Amino acid sequence: MRGVLSDRMGAALLMAPLLLFLVLAYAWPFLGVVKWSFTLPTPGLGQYQALLTDDLVQSVFIRTLRIAAIVTVVSVAAAYAITVVWVRGSPAQRLIAEFCILVPFWISVLTRAFGWVALLSNRGLINTWLQSIGFISEPLTLVRNEFGVIVGMTHFLIPFAVFPLASAMRSLDERVLLAARGLGSSRMRTFWTVFVPMTRSGIIGSAMIVFVFSLGFFVTPAILGGGRSVMIAELIYLRIFQSPDWGLGAAISVVLVVFVGALMALLFRYVKPKQLV
Amino acid sequence: MPTYRPGPVSLILAVLVALFLLLPLLAVIPVSLTPSRMLAMPTGELSLRHYRSLIEDPRWLQSILLSIRIGIVSSTISTVLALSFSLGVWMFQPRFTAALVGFVLLPMVVPPVVSAVTLYFLLTSISGVSSFFGYDTWLGVAMAHSVMTVPFATVLILVSLSQLDRRIDLAARGLGASVWERATRVIMPNIKFGIVTAALLSFVLSWEEIGVTLFITSVNAITLPRLMWMGLRDNIDPAIAALSVILIIITVLVLAVRSFVVRLNRESKPV
Repeated sequence: MRGVLSDRMGAALLMAPLLLFLVLAYAWPFLGVVKWSFTLPTPGLGQYQALLTDDLVQSVFIRTLRIAAIVTVVSVAAAYAITVVWVRGSPAQRLIAEFCILVPFWISVLTRAFGWVALLSNRGLINTWLQSIGFISEPLTLVRNEFGVIVGMTHFLIPFAVFPLASAMRSLDERVLLAARGLGSSRMRTFWTVFVPMTRSGIIGSAMIVFVFSLGFFVTPAILGGGRSVMIAELIYLRIFQSPDWGLGAAISVVLVVFVGALMALLFRYVKPKQLV
Repeated sequence: MPTYRPGPVSLILAVLVALFLLLPLLAVIPVSLTPSRMLAMPTGELSLRHYRSLIEDPRWLQSILLSIRIGIVSSTISTVLALSFSLGVWMFQPRFTAALVGFVLLPMVVPPVVSAVTLYFLLTSISGVSSFFGYDTWLGVAMAHSVMTVPFATVLILVSLSQLDRRIDLAARGLGASVWERATRVIMPNIKFGIVTAALLSFVLSWEEIGVTLFITSVNAITLPRLMWMGLRDNIDPAIAALSVILIIITVLVLAVRSFVVRLNRESKPV
């Protein structure tokens, strides 16, 4: 007889290696980081107090929230525009849209950030061109500031914003749209009063993914911000490797995890995980 | 087939977004052909010197080989662990499955910079004990990459298992197959596409990984993205443009082949 016990044993044997691996290589060291935040340099809540009083940390937090909010609005709007064509366009339009979404998606974050450096830097494509037609005499400062960071992050996150929107648009019953048109609603009005509200779960999911990603973003801000527009992730890096202040770096990490966790919990109260994919 | 097509306004907006998405990828091409030693647009003559320096400078080749080695080892680890875990979930449907899967997916949803600090803590702790496995070693990087890629491998394998008909497993079980036989001779052959995809995705994610790698390497384990990062931060080296062009061409080719194969499959199947 195949008893309950052997089933349990089988499940445990198969699932144990990965669970053990992640407990040892991920959960345990994370607790170590939490410990750092309470013990370095001195035991106590000093690092968390510093978070509340340190002007630099405060301004980085505010800048991160501001950049994340702007990037979220722009990325979701841009993703919406291209997803409409990817999902509902003619076969040729869909193929082109898919190409424009998937090629950047599969190219590494470094290459994409470098592409923006090549476009926006003082001797880059845009400044060279504007100077050659005599439109400007001095190069415009387009990178190493917040503008560059926002452009680069938006570019990185648009493909991620596309997927939840696409799944919402695919599951939409198009007879409703035809009914609206049949009843005399204009194209614009059908879009704004029927199509957009019916893809609401996709918009929420996509905004949440982009916002959460933006909060912990490291590579693009570090390259396109050039050390002048530091966001939370880069601040953690600087605290651990440059000023060595491991306790503060760890405390910021813990706060970031708690904040993102709370956001995700909020998201799942309104949207079921299945609707996001 | 949708009958409700996007109108002209939608199309114009989508074209603008498409241009925005492609522009930085195209901008890399002229920069890679500049004769200058610094980042600049070519004025007049073009040069392939930066492509040549990719071959002649041994650092590039070394880091490419290192990235391939780390990618193969880490994707093997994460695919095997993910496969075993997913089989356990699917075959036995234990209690607390949702919580356990949620735990496995953590490295995917936790902000990467926090995972990076976590793995930095892990590898510096190991370094105290062992010198060839820990901070700034290739084995340490491979293990850290496995942690980061295993959630993606698990999701892919669980998805392909969810499309499998449970009755074939019930039949095998009824005919007296052992757990091992069910797993290796009935279930795995039916999800081999999902397993291969999981291994490939893990490799690509490891090949591109930079956020965690930056925290856990310094001078020895220089992967390709790590070397690119060094060239991007200080004086921007146009060899990165040449490398980027090559990587972009490879990506476009792979995607083109993939969509061609998908199309062929679709046409060869009736319905």
